[in-house]
Amino acid sequence: MSIFGILLIVLVIASAGFVLGRFKVLRNVGGNIRELHSLPSYYGQNVFLKSAAPAFGLLAIWLIAQPVIIERSVSTMIPPSEIPEGSTMSLVMSEIIRTAEGVRNAVAAGAMPREMTEDGRIDIAGFTQRLKDAGQIATSDMTQMEIRATQRYNELYWIGGSFMTAFTIAFALFGLIWGLLESKPMFRARIAVEKGILILLIAAASLAIVTTLGIVLSLVFNTIEFFRLYPAFDFFLGLSWAPSFSGRGGASELGIAPLLWGTFYISFVALLVAVPIGLYSAIYLSEYAPPSVRSISKPLLEVLAGIPTIVYGLFALLTVGPLLVDVFGSGGILGVDWQDGGRSVATAGIVMGIMLIPFVSSLSDDIINAVPQAMRDGSYALGATKSETIRRVILPAALPGIVGAILLAASRAIGETMIVVLGAGAAARLDLNPFEAMTTVTAKIVSQLTGDSDFTSPEALVAFALGITLFVLTLGLNVFALYIVRKYREQYE
Amino acid sequence: MTDISMGNSSHPRKTTSLHSIDARTKRRNASETRFRYYGISAVFIGLLFLVFLAASILRSGLPVFTQWTLNTSFSLTQEEFDKAEKSILKTKSYESLFNQFLLEKLQRKGIDLEFDKKSIERILGKTGGILREYYRSNPDKLGEPVDFALSTSSRIDGYFKGRIKRENVTDSRFLQKSDIDLAEAMRDSGLIKRAFNWNFIFGADSGVDNPGGAGIGASVVGSFFMMLVVLLLSLPIGVAASIYLEEFAPQNRITDIIEVNISNLAAVPSIVFGILGLAVFIQFLHLPQSAPLVGGLVLALMTLPTIIISTRVSLKAVPPSIRDAALGVGASKMQSVFHHVLPLAMPGILTGTIIGLAQALGETAPLLIIGMVGFVARGYPETFLDGFVEPNSAMPAQIYTWAARADAGFYEKAWGGIIILLAFLLSMNIIAIILRRRFERRW
Repeated sequence: MSIFGILLIVLVIASAGFVLGRFKVLRNVGGNIRELHSLPSYYGQNVFLKSAAPAFGLLAIWLIAQPVIIERSVSTMIPPSEIPEGSTMSLVMSEIIRTAEGVRNAVAAGAMPREMTEDGRIDIAGFTQRLKDAGQIATSDMTQMEIRATQRYNELYWIGGSFMTAFTIAFALFGLIWGLLESKPMFRARIAVEKGILILLIAAASLAIVTTLGIVLSLVFNTIEFFRLYPAFDFFLGLSWAPSFSGRGGASELGIAPLLWGTFYISFVALLVAVPIGLYSAIYLSEYAPPSVRSISKPLLEVLAGIPTIVYGLFALLTVGPLLVDVFGSGGILGVDWQDGGRSVATAGIVMGIMLIPFVSSLSDDIINAVPQAMRDGSYALGATKSETIRRVILPAALPGIVGAILLAASRAIGETMIVVLGAGAAARLDLNPFEAMTTVTAKIVSQLTGDSDFTSPEALVAFALGITLFVLTLGLNVFALYIVRKYREQYE
Repeated sequence: MTDISMGNSSHPRKTTSLHSIDARTKRRNASETRFRYYGISAVFIGLLFLVFLAASILRSGLPVFTQWTLNTSFSLTQEEFDKAEKSILKTKSYESLFNQFLLEKLQRKGIDLEFDKKSIERILGKTGGILREYYRSNPDKLGEPVDFALSTSSRIDGYFKGRIKRENVTDSRFLQKSDIDLAEAMRDSGLIKRAFNWNFIFGADSGVDNPGGAGIGASVVGSFFMMLVVLLLSLPIGVAASIYLEEFAPQNRITDIIEVNISNLAAVPSIVFGILGLAVFIQFLHLPQSAPLVGGLVLALMTLPTIIISTRVSLKAVPPSIRDAALGVGASKMQSVFHHVLPLAMPGILTGTIIGLAQALGETAPLLIIGMVGFVARGYPETFLDGFVEPNSAMPAQIYTWAARADAGFYEKAWGGIIILLAFLLSMNIIAIILRRRFERRW
């Protein structure tokens, strides 16, 4: 039965429980709700919660655990000697899982009789032919052992599926009966329901921890896997990035240095654009601009932050890049031959800078506004001009906040993906020329994970090591920014 | 008088007057004006970037909404149909029938240019296939005139829109200079006209070799299903988490850890969420690749911190007197929150949710990682449930796919896709602003 069907059945049972529970207590007191501890609908809600929540919980856990358990069990069937040269256990397993899914689809479509999936001595050619006829992917060079493993996988899958259905529905029914038995007039239904809701609320709040754990664990485990295949020393200190395209490792050089250099260089160019423009805009808008100008310009500048990064990426690739080539390229306006192609550090950096202007300006604006008026008045009283007040009094007072804002913008720049994927190029190099194409950590994560290499090769796994570097870098910058803001913030009344 | 004020000093005191401005004051005033102009120019440059961006989007993207098409009424008799269906090259025989018809039509219009059959194919694409498909599914239309709108090939279309210049054309099997003459003659005689390109809005993606036929409709549907998943997951979970943290959570270590986690998650680069999705949802749980369900799950996790932060702000904005009043008339804590605080905070929560959804709608990087690019979304999902699990593209992923293709004809599509995407974002933000204006209460 499909998961959707199970969900529906559980919901129907629970809703029936709601009606029954409410009905039962009302009949017990003969419709006189003053004799009940709680409002009648709480008795219904109590039954609903008791039958739905544990059933859904079980379903979720089962869905997560079943594939893992089946995979474990099936992989014991494959002796290491049977794994072909140059392949790995996980490759064979993913092949089996894929074929098993194809078989299930074929059975569901009626293109393959169910018996065929259980026959251990089936001939391979006929089996794969059937799969192909049903429009499923099938590799032709399957071994007898692999087919048996596939069959075993499906057998367990089907058994697991029916057990899952049975147990979930049994849980729902059990909860229904439990709730109904409880439903007596003096049962403190509201308290039970509120306790249940509180648990659900806590579970929702804990999801943030689960997500962080998920990120950290998936990064760490795959990174460890990567460092088994490729020395960590070469990764962190290697000066060359040249993955081989065979997907089998070997000659790949996977040094992170050129990628980090590209990342920092592009972020630096971006901040070079964003910080002066953003900061001066914030100063002008908060100190000089008349309210009418401010009320129009501020939201308009903030529009820049709401535009999706894919738009900036396309803008870099198709507008800014060719424009820079027209200026700095050969035969350009300046007559210098610095830039060959549209993709370069400058292209990505300038566009990213445009994106970051509102980050710097909004945050700085808030911070400048938080400086108390008394400090300005004091400065004016001493005869300082407005700009002197800003430079000598307001900016020093707001400095920790502004540094924090710049660090946050830098963290955005380092983690930005689409602009660099489209605008910065794919060549990893250590170079000083900003008109040269370079690449970044994020762009390489994309290219290593969307290529053809399989997920167990070092060429794909390196993306996780890059990901953890990125995660640590951005998190570090954010924590540092918060620390600076907290430590050096001036406390005003 | 004291000595000090008498000050019989040898240096006579420099007298300054407010009426004459000395050099130092001049310098200070100049620097004041300069500083002010720096500020004005910074704001101006920022706005200039915005205008430049908008102009380049509109200039490159608007042409995609029109398509140069040949509108003609063509009729086919039963005998011609039977004969064409019996021949070996069926679409070719339709094509030659159509070419014959077009030739006569051109001659009647007084256009007398030398051209071969191939050049009509280069201008209008495979007309035979379109005609055959139409007549095979509508046999009752045989013998009567039928109006056909045949769109021009992407290169001729590009020429009319100014994307392709005549002097850059080198004769190839895609386009020759003589085709341009013919197409211009057809345009001048009113045969080829500009028409609204409905196919771009409602169509699906085409293969890599056919930029003219590509549409964004299928990926809009993909985005819709993703947003549905995001909404169904992140709104209830986000609101539940905020209620707990704002109303019930005790001040302890665990609460602190949760709070720190939420603010950190808001700062994690989106691509890291893509890696999470790949590792957990696809590799570990074996959910289908390229499916809107997986995209929606990843984006829901990303949107969660945004929703939690805005929900907490709106819960905080509800004054404590509301809670006290509810508790005072005997409501439980839970009842006071769910019956009074939450409804009052709802407009703010919805505004935050819409803004979170708008962010998620434009997010691209995680979708690249979970395989929503490289998949050619050729059609709409067949059933509602298929919409979640069948591979599909999403708007930003589709735009990226087009931008990454080699044929420059797709760039125009990418810009057009951006206009559609921005139109969605703009309308979502406007709805959010209207909601806030109409329902926000100041306490």
